[in-house]
Amino acid sequence: MSQPNQNSPFCKIFPTLLSALFLFTILASSPKTLFAQDAETSVIDSTLENLVPIPARPANVKAKDHVYDIGEKVDVSWELSPDDTTGLRNVVGYIISRRLDTASDFDSVGAVFSRIASLTDIGLTKGESYQYAVTAYTSAGAVSETSVSNSVTTEQEWFDGDKFWQVLLLVIIAGSVAYFIYHAKKGKPMFLRKIAGLQAVEEAIGRATEMGRPILFIPGIHDMDDVQTIAGMTILAKVAKQVAEYESRIFVPTRASLAMTAARETVREAYMTAGRIDAYRSDDIYYVTDEQFGYVAAVNGIMTRDKPATCFYLGAFFAESLILAETGNSIGAIQIAGTAMPAQLPFFVAACDYTLIGEELFAASAYLSEDPKQMGSLKGQDVGKVVAMAAILIGAVLATLGSEEGMNIETFNSAFHAFWGVFGGGE
Amino acid sequence: MPDASPIGIFIAGLLTLGIFSFLYKDNPVYKVCEAIFIGVSAAYWAVEYFYSALYRKFWLGVFPPAGSGVEADLLLWGGAILGALMLCRMIPKINWLSRWPLAFIVGATAGLYMMLFFVSNAMKQIESTMQPLIQDSLLETLGSFTIAIGTITGLIYFFFSKEHKGIFGGAAKVGIWVLMVTFGASFGYTVMSRMSLLIGRMDFLFNSWATNFGQMF
Repeated sequence: MSQPNQNSPFCKIFPTLLSALFLFTILASSPKTLFAQDAETSVIDSTLENLVPIPARPANVKAKDHVYDIGEKVDVSWELSPDDTTGLRNVVGYIISRRLDTASDFDSVGAVFSRIASLTDIGLTKGESYQYAVTAYTSAGAVSETSVSNSVTTEQEWFDGDKFWQVLLLVIIAGSVAYFIYHAKKGKPMFLRKIAGLQAVEEAIGRATEMGRPILFIPGIHDMDDVQTIAGMTILAKVAKQVAEYESRIFVPTRASLAMTAARETVREAYMTAGRIDAYRSDDIYYVTDEQFGYVAAVNGIMTRDKPATCFYLGAFFAESLILAETGNSIGAIQIAGTAMPAQLPFFVAACDYTLIGEELFAASAYLSEDPKQMGSLKGQDVGKVVAMAAILIGAVLATLGSEEGMNIETFNSAFHAFWGVFGGGE
Repeated sequence: MPDASPIGIFIAGLLTLGIFSFLYKDNPVYKVCEAIFIGVSAAYWAVEYFYSALYRKFWLGVFPPAGSGVEADLLLWGGAILGALMLCRMIPKINWLSRWPLAFIVGATAGLYMMLFFVSNAMKQIESTMQPLIQDSLLETLGSFTIAIGTITGLIYFFFSKEHKGIFGGAAKVGIWVLMVTFGASFGYTVMSRMSLLIGRMDFLFNSWATNFGQMF
């Protein structure tokens, strides 16, 4: 193998060339801004400007009040620097600064990568006027001249136009609910399918009466600001009315004080409707404690000592669901549960005789009362389910036809994204 | 259990064993532990609500300390009046006034949560279900079909205004099967997390409590 000639002209010049290239690299990677602007260094600066290419500034900076907000956002847009995607191609990003109209200095509010020509500035004060400045910068630290926007005043809008589709869909479903309620009130018969758990309610109360044992009703462990607790109270009204008619007894221990008040009102009203107000005992509906497992310990104690023949668990439940249902099971009570908490439903399904799954809990009051208004409402909600099923089918077909894995047809891809956006997709 | 005194650990261990004794049957020890648990927690929450709601939220809100620079929030008086109306329950002649705050809570809850639930429980669910049925692999394609069919048949099960008969009934049956399989998986998953809670309590008994017990006696 031959060795290179150490005395060749190339070997003598090469180290010098390397040193020059190294110096150039060092200078090029030092930000222009690091150098002082005094007289002594101005010579170096002017040299650097020749070595570090300064990008052209972004043009046409516009500031616009963000639509559909509460007056806290401004949309800033600009034209990319000519050295971004073309020209020197050395722009790596843009720095966006802001100032109040009355102020003199700009403060940086953010930066974006190259090829991005917009930014939404958030956290502003309603009714204030702002100006924006945009500067392009390079990886070498060189910055362009600054372009300043027009002045913009933030405004609050009354309506959020981004929620248009939500409102429209809600109006369709609420409209169908109103339509069916109207027809139900006119006397049009409304069909409701059988729900096994609810058909067993009367039988369960009758059994407790025959056995001379009380009924236990747990309206969940949440307060009255949970729709499941409200649904539980609605069913409690029907159960309590039947209990009053059968001259049986009902215990309602609650975890929330407000739920206790609501339960007392509900049961009292039910006893009055049944014409048995004399049999109403407010002491049977009582607050225990806000502590979740303290409450569970108390209810377990009630179950084992009073031995209710029927236990209702209708409302929002958490980890206590299986503890309650297992204890109820151990005393041989008929148990009817219902909740919309997906994680607790398996425990109720496993340990109770009947379980109202999710929406069945909300449908229960209509089913039990046979009130035309509630039945019409239920039928109207079924229209909502048809809308949901149709939307899923249309969306899945469009996505299949438009996706790369599927047919990859661009028109369907665009149609899918437009349709998907109606339901909040891509936000 | 950091910073717990030896006596505190000792009592906590005894109370844990007392509550566990319910696994055998209801007994006087359990009754005592239950009464302590309920009494202490009820008192704790009463004090907590007094300080957090009445004092920190209401009192300091409407009468902020001088020099704090905080303005009085007059809206809090609305809550205070509603709260005071609840106390009217104790006066038979005007106990009907206590229904107003209840009506306010129920009505406000329904109104406030309507859009929230509609978006999170309906629109977002629909959006997430709109997936291409054909995916890169056979397994993913099977997953996409399962999600679409499971969701639609699940919705059919929750139809209340139509009898579950014929094809509709068959679809509803598929829907309830999908739900039950989901519940089974969820059951196993949750049981495992409960086991970790039990292990944590056993760890306390066998390590912190037993060690402490040995040192005390």
